[in-house]
Amino acid sequence: MSERNNILNEIDWKLVALYLLLISMGWINIYAAVYNEDHSSIIDLSQSYGRQMIWIVTSLFLGLVVLLTDARFFSTFAYLIYGIIILLLLAVLAFGTEISGSKSWFQIGDFAIQPSEFGKFATTLALAKFFSGQHINVKTFRTRFIPLVIIGLPALLILLQNDTGSALVYSGFILVLYRMGLSGNFLLAGVMFIIMALSTLMVGYIYVAIALVILASLLLLIIKRNRRNIVNLAALLMLGIGFVFSVNYAVDNFLGAHQKTRINVLLGKELDLRGAGYNVNQSKIAIGSGGFAGKGFLKGTQTKYNFVPEQSTDFIFCTVGEEWGFLGSMVVVVLFILLLIRVIIVAERQRSDFSRIYGYGVASVLFFHFAINIGMTIGLVPVIGIPLPFFSYGGSSLWSFTILLFIFIKQDVRRNALL
Amino acid sequence: MANKSLASRKQTVITIFVVVGFIYLLRLFYLQVIDDSYTLSANNNVLRYVTQYPARGLIYDRNGKLLVYNEAVYDLMVLPRQVKDIDTLEFCRILDITPEGFRQRLRKAKDYSRYKPSLFEKQLSKETYGYLEEKMYRFPGFFVQPRTLRKYPTPLGAHLLGYVGEVNQAMIDKNPYYKSGDYVGISGIEKTYEEELRGIKGIKIKMVDVHNREVGSFQDGLHDTIAEMGKDLYLSIDATLQEYGERLMQGKMGSIVAIEPSTGEILAFLSSPSYNPNLLVGRVRGKNFGLLLQDPVKPLLNRALMGQYPPGSTFKMVNDLVGLQEGVLTTSTHYSCQGPGSTPIRCTHNHQSPLDVYTAIQQSCNPFHWQVYRSILSNPRYKGTRENYEIWRDHVMDMGFGHKLGSDTDAELAGNIPSAESFDAIYGKGRWTSMTVRSLSIGQGEILTTPLQLANYGALLANRGYYIVPHVVKQIGEKAVDEKKFKKVISDISPSHYEIIVEGMRQVATLGTARWYQIKDITMCGKTGTAENPHGKDHSLFMAFAPADNPVIAIAVVVENAGFGSTWALPIASLMIEKYINGEVSRTQIEEDMINKRLY
Repeated sequence: MSERNNILNEIDWKLVALYLLLISMGWINIYAAVYNEDHSSIIDLSQSYGRQMIWIVTSLFLGLVVLLTDARFFSTFAYLIYGIIILLLLAVLAFGTEISGSKSWFQIGDFAIQPSEFGKFATTLALAKFFSGQHINVKTFRTRFIPLVIIGLPALLILLQNDTGSALVYSGFILVLYRMGLSGNFLLAGVMFIIMALSTLMVGYIYVAIALVILASLLLLIIKRNRRNIVNLAALLMLGIGFVFSVNYAVDNFLGAHQKTRINVLLGKELDLRGAGYNVNQSKIAIGSGGFAGKGFLKGTQTKYNFVPEQSTDFIFCTVGEEWGFLGSMVVVVLFILLLIRVIIVAERQRSDFSRIYGYGVASVLFFHFAINIGMTIGLVPVIGIPLPFFSYGGSSLWSFTILLFIFIKQDVRRNALL
Repeated sequence: MANKSLASRKQTVITIFVVVGFIYLLRLFYLQVIDDSYTLSANNNVLRYVTQYPARGLIYDRNGKLLVYNEAVYDLMVLPRQVKDIDTLEFCRILDITPEGFRQRLRKAKDYSRYKPSLFEKQLSKETYGYLEEKMYRFPGFFVQPRTLRKYPTPLGAHLLGYVGEVNQAMIDKNPYYKSGDYVGISGIEKTYEEELRGIKGIKIKMVDVHNREVGSFQDGLHDTIAEMGKDLYLSIDATLQEYGERLMQGKMGSIVAIEPSTGEILAFLSSPSYNPNLLVGRVRGKNFGLLLQDPVKPLLNRALMGQYPPGSTFKMVNDLVGLQEGVLTTSTHYSCQGPGSTPIRCTHNHQSPLDVYTAIQQSCNPFHWQVYRSILSNPRYKGTRENYEIWRDHVMDMGFGHKLGSDTDAELAGNIPSAESFDAIYGKGRWTSMTVRSLSIGQGEILTTPLQLANYGALLANRGYYIVPHVVKQIGEKAVDEKKFKKVISDISPSHYEIIVEGMRQVATLGTARWYQIKDITMCGKTGTAENPHGKDHSLFMAFAPADNPVIAIAVVVENAGFGSTWALPIASLMIEKYINGEVSRTQIEEDMINKRLY
């Protein structure tokens, strides 16, 4: 009884409200995306919105279960949960079913479960558990190495399932590492690497290398020219040029043809409206045709008549853009940013390291999904097939995001009790 | 404290979130609000503009007999952008085309536009259409468009009616109404009355899904327009007379034009050899057109408008009229004729001498008309031959020669009444006289006329001094043709002079060159012509009107390379007149001879 009162009083209703808002809007848009007049009942299991309704109800139930579970359960069994998920990821490699090129599904009757979705909260738990330990010393090799293993292992296994998009999600944990003391230079370097990689692809590695040399020479004029600075600058320059050359080499030798085309399409170097560019082009058409106020609920032609592929999963944002226009898109983007900021604020008020680090993990995962998914539908990011949290059709991802968020909410409820 | 400083990093993280969110909002604002090309692309995706082709107007003769109607066919259209993953082989099999042909057509369509439909295969048979319709869902990017084709219940008046074909690029560039694959009148009245006949195209906007399946009409058809059928044309042509003329002319090269003098309405208009107009319809048109084009007797040539013949003796009355008007000829003027021994032009007929203008017309005397012409060109009223010649030429042009008449038929030629300048160029200024151009006195030499001009000349004489621009359409839809459109042209020669000429022509039919072909109860006024032809045998010509008083028909008949005017053109014209006025022909032997004789 006291426990329940405690939950109701202490729960962060803002997070819950944002969550409920997002899943409701998600469901409405899935309904619109696949709507047809023959199946207008909202609970029709032959239609994805009917099944999504079941996923939503079960997710709410799961959320409740998480809230009623002792908060210490998750920190205590963090490694165990992580271990189980790793085993599942291994198992799916051996026994899984291949769906659209990725061997990442367990087929159970009509429903398919994707273990990699659950890797996200398991990894977040393990990471939080590791960093909240007493033995943390940022300076040791061990502290630097083990988080990379925790993040890298599931990422590698998912990569082996041929699901590059989901594997990339794990790079989002760099935000957690940053909060835990990773030098800001790494973030900066990350941004620099992305810029260098993109410019290499766009203008050619020779020009980027020349530009780097010129930049270094200019820096040399500004900084104090002592021995240490010159050596560092030289090392950075070598690193940069080496990176540029390896990007060029990697693209030419390691990337599959379809990945190369996707990148070229994004960079505008190739206009392939039939093949790789088709998705993005149709997606931009759908969103762009929405105008300021949108075409109205169920009035979207591009999504409803299947011009946009995957319109209820990875490209669900197209329906938002087409039917609700700039206003609707803005509401969704703002809601996500508000959710992310709220998660960070709530994380920062935690007294336990575990909860706080876990919160950053939640924010990292959600942010990465949000940025990549919407970025891809508006042509700012290459097509990487990952869902938009709480919006995209799919049980595994909705369950996974719900558990991810509700563990955090539960930790928050207990923040005072944990002293 | 280390943790304290690290806590400030939340600002950085939140900043990253906000910046990314802001960039996305900017991008969305650009895509959705600023750049409106996406709306267009979306419409291109989902909206299919289906043109509603109106049926062309029907064509009737003066008695309401149907001459041209429409038959439904189906055109297969392609939208190249949507063609993907289709079973080309099966598709080719259904249409009975080769894979290479498939690729060619698709390439042609793509060259036109990837987003607009263009014609893939025209005029599918009903069987092919039926078979294809069932499997249409398997061939995204293709759809069927109902069209209509011309059909002729009785194969009549091919040259007059003309034919309909697909627009070419030049027409599309010139007139935005036409789109690739549209049909347009290419010759004949199909061309001259194209705007009335074609109607107004409509547009139906339909929505399709990604598989090219129709999913409904756009905004419940708010923007659709309904096709408006073309207007029906009622011709002045008498189908019975036309058909009769075509029968008489079979096996002969030449032309017949008949006009109602009081109105200028064309009653019959034919060029022979003709062809069945049904041959130039639909898929067979290309092949048949090639065959007709190669035929040495030139069935495609519209001789009524484009055949230019020396008028020969039919022209003699023109000179008489000018002579009478200019005062160099009177009814009491007599000239002598030495028959075949006459100079500079010998006579081909035996008759009395000296003779007056009536007898000269009746007997088609060459020396008489040479004398008339000489006196016109040496008229002391004006200064010299050249000025006299120009006076003469003005009179002749006034009678409808040497220029287009401005009828509503297609592609009239002007004929030729040579200008003084043209003689200056040949002989030198001041160095030519009536003697030099003496052939003009008997309608030979440089003079050229078309059968339409000759028939119009008949109408001018029948009306005693005026003609109404000949035309073929009486009524468009519910509305009679505006009379002002075809103006009345009054000759500057006094009607009393015309009476003299008409009397001469009456004698032609009773006493003169046409006396063997008198028509029971009808007085015909006419004039034969035998036009010398440098390329072969003389052309046989006859120009006439009937009855002499209150004429109802003026006619010109030309039979190429057939010899004397009185042998072929005259009997055919007299049969035509009898048929038109009496409704039936009593001289069946002559009729039979004419129909059965083949001259080429």
